[in-house]
Parts: sequence; structure tokens; C-alpha cells
Amino acid sequence: MSIIVLDPTAETSPVTLPKTTRPESLSGLTVGLLDISKPRGDVFLDRVEELLSALGVSVKRYIKPTFTKPAPVDLRDEIAGSCHAVIEALAD
Amino acid sequence: MTHESSTSPSPTPVVAQALSHESPEPTVALPDGFVAVVKQDCPTCVLVAPVLEALAETVGLTVISQDNPTFPVAAGWVLHDHDLAMSWHHEIETVPTLLRVAEGRPTYRVEGWSREVWENFTGCQELGTGLPQWRPGCGSLSVDPAHADKLAVRFLGSAMKSRRIEIGSLTDEWETMHDRGWSDGLPVVPPSEVRVMRMLDGTHRAPDEVVAVVPPDMVECTVEKVAINSVMAGCRPEYLPVVLTAVEAACTDEFNMHGLLATTMPVAPVIIVNGPIRHRIAMNSGVNVLGQGNRANSTIGRALQLVVRNVGGGKPGGVDRATHGGPHKIGMCFPEDEEGSPWTTLAESRGFSSDQSTVTLFPGEGPRLLFDQISRTPESLTRHLARSLIANVSPRLALQFETVLVLGPEHMKRYAAACWDRDRFISELHRELTYPADDVIRGTDGIAEGMPDFLAGHKISKFPPGGIHVVHAGSGAGLFSMTFAGWVTGATGSVTVTREIVTEESRS
Repeated sequence: MSIIVLDPTAETSPVTLPKTTRPESLSGLTVGLLDISKPRGDVFLDRVEELLSALGVSVKRYIKPTFTKPAPVDLRDEIAGSCHAVIEALAD
Repeated sequence: MTHESSTSPSPTPVVAQALSHESPEPTVALPDGFVAVVKQDCPTCVLVAPVLEALAETVGLTVISQDNPTFPVAAGWVLHDHDLAMSWHHEIETVPTLLRVAEGRPTYRVEGWSREVWENFTGCQELGTGLPQWRPGCGSLSVDPAHADKLAVRFLGSAMKSRRIEIGSLTDEWETMHDRGWSDGLPVVPPSEVRVMRMLDGTHRAPDEVVAVVPPDMVECTVEKVAINSVMAGCRPEYLPVVLTAVEAACTDEFNMHGLLATTMPVAPVIIVNGPIRHRIAMNSGVNVLGQGNRANSTIGRALQLVVRNVGGGKPGGVDRATHGGPHKIGMCFPEDEEGSPWTTLAESRGFSSDQSTVTLFPGEGPRLLFDQISRTPESLTRHLARSLIANVSPRLALQFETVLVLGPEHMKRYAAACWDRDRFISELHRELTYPADDVIRGTDGIAEGMPDFLAGHKISKFPPGGIHVVHAGSGAGLFSMTFAGWVTGATGSVTVTREIVTEESRS
């Protein structure tokens, strides 16, 4: 169940943290494909890689050690430092 | 006939009360005429069910049931108070409560069952003849601890204007407090509406009253914002008046919270509490007085610092530029041991009376030990304390900094035995702290730091006049005192500020 708290601040910043804006085009960008280690996620990402590569988009592949835990900090840092966008595959 | 004044037979739990017509307009109207508020989960209400039916027929009674909508029967004269709005708005504390209602509001009420009172009240005779003469009622669902807080939030919550932030069920609210930057690094209590409402019960002041303009962002801070941060700091509601006064004192021009925050020196508000409130909120002035372990001591200063952080926007690395800081910047608050001291209190020395509760805010470093286990005369002890105090901030600097001297009980005994009072002690201490400036002129003794050349040939005093603030506190074992070194005093720095804590009791 969610809980409601009262803002203790001067309320000068927005309630929700803004999301990173989506790129308008993939042209010239590097896209990371993150396999979360669920069965057949690689099948899905293989196809995505084919399609992106055909568009001339640079692709890098990553894999989480296990889908049951968040991606390790080092992996997140590597993706954030190497890619402009990321596609995360959830499959079964 | 009905009676404007009525007394219940003695002994009886029934309360008969004529109601003021000056009470605020109810936001939920009751049906006019006779009204009984009941719940099925009350043996007395079940007992008087036949009486309720009889009154419905004879005087047009309306029954408001808090639980079962068909209690005592399914009928048009039985209303269901499904959200307890009618009970809450009309302050029903007991069921059954019998009301006479005019223009939507009760003008008269009786609580519990008493045949005589109910007969007088309704003008009907021989009510419930087979029933006991009287029976006490039960607690109204609207004051049941399981419901009361939620009802208060539902019906009074709109008085709290702060933005509501919903934390999803998959998110850890304790982590969220940190992630949003609301914490000083330690866990903070999530300020739910119920907790903040409970906190606001600690003051008579309105939630929207502006307490102070808080630096560095110079934001108007309301009682409500102080209450929210007090919840987060771990305060109990009865601490709130102390926190509010501390916020007021910190945000005065004299105390200069902005400068204290922005300086690279390791200083923060040191809050000293005097007066009766120390006992009412169970503060510790004895063993480990400056340390951990007492909730009031530990959370009041923290609440002030959270207000400065969250409302004022003062954060380390932002406007807070302390080179090292110190653990006292989490919050530093303690009371004086007034009862164990033969001297006037700190607050009395600053013009307040012993029956006034006060906070004194001093711009201080963390506390440091003043050690003396050998001196048996006040002269020896004073001279040694003076030698130790010379080191405050720097032994090469004088006049610019004040100090709080926390005299321990075993040191105080030396002065009490010799019949020294506060004034004499401070006078003798100042004398011991007056020395030739030549000893500490810049460049002397191979040290560049020191007092400026123009003071050469003069005597200087370590502390300015009025710059030694003596407080009695600590445990009865240990020949020690403590000192808080100060920050720059006077118009260019911070001036120590004392303010009275205004509570409901002190107002009356």
C-alpha cells in the first residue's frame, strides 16, 4: 500500500523527478541492448539488433547476471557511459 | 416538555451538557429534533433499543447508527453514519448520546442511559420501565483509536497546506526520504499526515502561521513545515514549542543563521533549554548530558537543522561551507541542571524569570573537556579553567569569540563551598583571562597567527564582556567541565539569543 507524506521543503522543486528525454532520432547514436537473463530474451534482442544494425545504428550488447536482482552498479555505469539509449528485454 | 438545564442522578455516568451556540458552524448537518447516536457494538445501545423505537413513534426520534445500518431496526428513521462524519463533526464521544438538534446542530445532549434524564429530556414518561435505572455508554467509534487519527486527517487535513507526495507500495519510504535529499544522513521518520497532525497537537499555533524566514534561501517557514521536520527528526508533539522557538531564535538578524551556516568554521546552533519545560518533556541535564540517549536532547536540535536544510535549503557543499563540520551539526540541545545549582540560571542571568521556559542559542563548536581533578579551592580551579579556555579557537586569538562553559556538578561544589556566586565566578574568570597582548602578537614566539600589531603594549581579554555563558549540567561524578568555543561574535558574526518558549500554559 502506498503512503502519503507531507513535503518538508520549500516546495521549489517538482514532486516527480523528470525522466530523461527520449532521443528524437537514433541516427548516430549508440544503443545498448540489455538482456536481463530471462529465457529467450536473447532471441528478442538478436532480432532488435538485426533491425537496428540495418538502420545503421551502433549497438552494444549487455547481460545482467540474473533477472532476480537489479543490474550491478558497474554494469549500469558502463551502459550509461557508453550508450545514448538502452533497450531492456523482458521475455519468457 | 424538554429541559434546558438538567442534572443527572447521582451516582451516574450520564453527562448532561447545554451546548454553546458560539461553536463553529458544523459542516455536516444533523436532522432537527431528537437524535440518538448509537452503535450495535455497545451493550447499552442494545439495551435501550426498545426505548429508541418508542421514542421514534412518540417524539419523532432519528437514530444515527455508527456501525450496523439496520440497528436498532431497518427503518426510515435510522440513518447510517457510514463515514462517521456526523459523529466526528458533532463531537460524539459516547454512545448512546441523545441530542436535541435545531438548525442542523445540537443544542443539548445527554450521554449514556438514565431513565430520569431521558424522561426529562424527551418529556416522555415511563421510558424503558423494564430496564435498569442507568447504564454508562461506550466509546463512540469516532473517538476509537483505530479511527480517530484517520478521521482527523480526513476532516481536518485540509488545514495542512503542504504538498502531498505519494510513495508507491514498491518503494521503501525510508530510502525515499534519503533519495529526495530530505535527510541529514541518518534515518528520518516519514512525515505522514497522521504523524504531522499529531505533532501539530503540540502547539496552539495555527499550521499556516509564519514562524520565521529561514536562510539561506530566505523562505517563509510555517508552523506546519516546522512540524513536518520535527516529525522527521523524531520529536514528540510536546517538543514542538521548543523547536518553534529555536527556529525563531535562529532566524533572527542577531543570531545570523546564514553566516553560521556559510562559514568554513565547524559551528552550529547550540540550544540550551531553561525553565519548567525541561521537566515536562523529560530532558536530561545529568549523566551524559551532551551525549546520546535522551530523545528530547537528541531530536530538538536535529529538528532545527532539518528546517534549515529542507525549508531554508542550507546543505553541506551548498551554502554550508564548513571545512570539517562536526557531529554537533546533526543537532545540539541540552537543558541546564537548575535544581542542582546554587546559582541563578543562564536564563535568569539573561533577564528571564525562573518560571519562564526559554531557549538560548549559542553559535558554537562541538564541546571540549575542561579537566581538573586536583584543585580544591575556587581560586585554583578558576585559574586552571582560564588556562584551558585560552585554547578556545586558538590560544593566539582573543576578543572575537564567546564561550559556553558547562560547569560540572563536582566543580560547582568548589564554588558553592566557598560561597562564590555566578557574578563573582565570571568576574574572577575574566580577570584570569586578561593578559598582555604582547604574548600573542602576530609573529611572536615564532608563530605568524595572532593578534594585530596595534594591540602591542595593551592588555586583552580572551572573551568580550558578557561573552562567558555559564550553564550547570552533567552528572555528579567527575571533576570535569566542558566548553563550547564560539564563532565570530558581534555585528559581523552571531550574537547569542535567548527567547521565551510560549506554551498554552505560559499564555494562561
